[in-house]
Amino acid sequence: MKEAVTNSLFFGLALSIISFLIGTYIKKRCRFFLFNPLLIAITITISTLVLLNIEYRSYNNGARFLSYLLTPATVALAIPLYEQLKLLRKNLTAILIGITSGVLTSFISIFAMALLFGLNHTQYVTLLPKSITTAIGIGLSQELDGYVAITVAAIIMTGLLGNIAGDVICRLFGIKNPIAKGIAIGTASHVMGTAKAMEVGKIEGAMSSLSVAVAGCITVAVAIFFKGLI
Amino acid sequence: MQKAIKYTLQFIIIAAISLIGEILNKVIPLPIPASIYGMAILFTALCTGIIKLSAVKDTGKVLISIMPLLFVPAAVGLIESWAVMQDFLLPIIVIVAISTILVTAFAGHATEFIINHSKKGGKR
Repeated sequence: MKEAVTNSLFFGLALSIISFLIGTYIKKRCRFFLFNPLLIAITITISTLVLLNIEYRSYNNGARFLSYLLTPATVALAIPLYEQLKLLRKNLTAILIGITSGVLTSFISIFAMALLFGLNHTQYVTLLPKSITTAIGIGLSQELDGYVAITVAAIIMTGLLGNIAGDVICRLFGIKNPIAKGIAIGTASHVMGTAKAMEVGKIEGAMSSLSVAVAGCITVAVAIFFKGLI
Repeated sequence: MQKAIKYTLQFIIIAAISLIGEILNKVIPLPIPASIYGMAILFTALCTGIIKLSAVKDTGKVLISIMPLLFVPAAVGLIESWAVMQDFLLPIIVIVAISTILVTAFAGHATEFIINHSKKGGKR
């Protein structure tokens, strides 16, 4: 019986969607930032898999169809960006400087903490791509000879943090301008943060989308200078 | 019925651009993913008027609105990586948390600083 259910292609798909709907419902009831639909969905899904002793592979057999939609969804981020074209042109310098300082902050802070924790070269370069979108991060981690699986995990943890708390962090640091908020969230926590920025506002979402693409490319270019430091 | 056709047609356009992105990703030896190529292509096509906003807008908005859901499988996949990360799990968590907070703060403040300054400097 259990096999029939878990081997079904629809099991992983249904479990993900139902968990997410529960998350959305709870979010509507309670606006506190930790009641994040994504976080709730992950918690419910993982608990179900662990409690029923189901392997990730059989879950993902159905759930991967959701992952396939990520490429077209990311492509679609060009739409809100285009809608903010005027704002983008007017603030281009500020936007580019903002994203670049974010990327440099990422490298410098990772470098400093890697020294602090006494990480070796491979561990250090594994974490360097943590703020960029998964697909670019995988490529960069391979190039730097890092542990690719750990890079992916660090990228997802970063994105999850941005999705849950990006908006709260902006408020804590007094970042009010919607353009600055979008750049901050997108540069720090890639597409997962952008999903949240889209909910905060149109301008935030558009600027966050732009940051994902630009920060990803700058990171790849600058990584060459940072990789040899440890 | 017409609505369904409209959404489907729009999805086909976005999917076709994704496909071009996949091809570029395979052909060009850079670690730039299909989705970023696709985003650049769609953005350029919209700016130059090759694709009208109304030809992709509705389906695009739907795809964007369900985005958080699309991350569930990848994030659940974290349970698979626990074992590999054991060697330096604590540094990973601390570095991820602190550097994400710092990047948000610095990128946001740098952007806001320049925007406020260029306003004072008159119209640009």
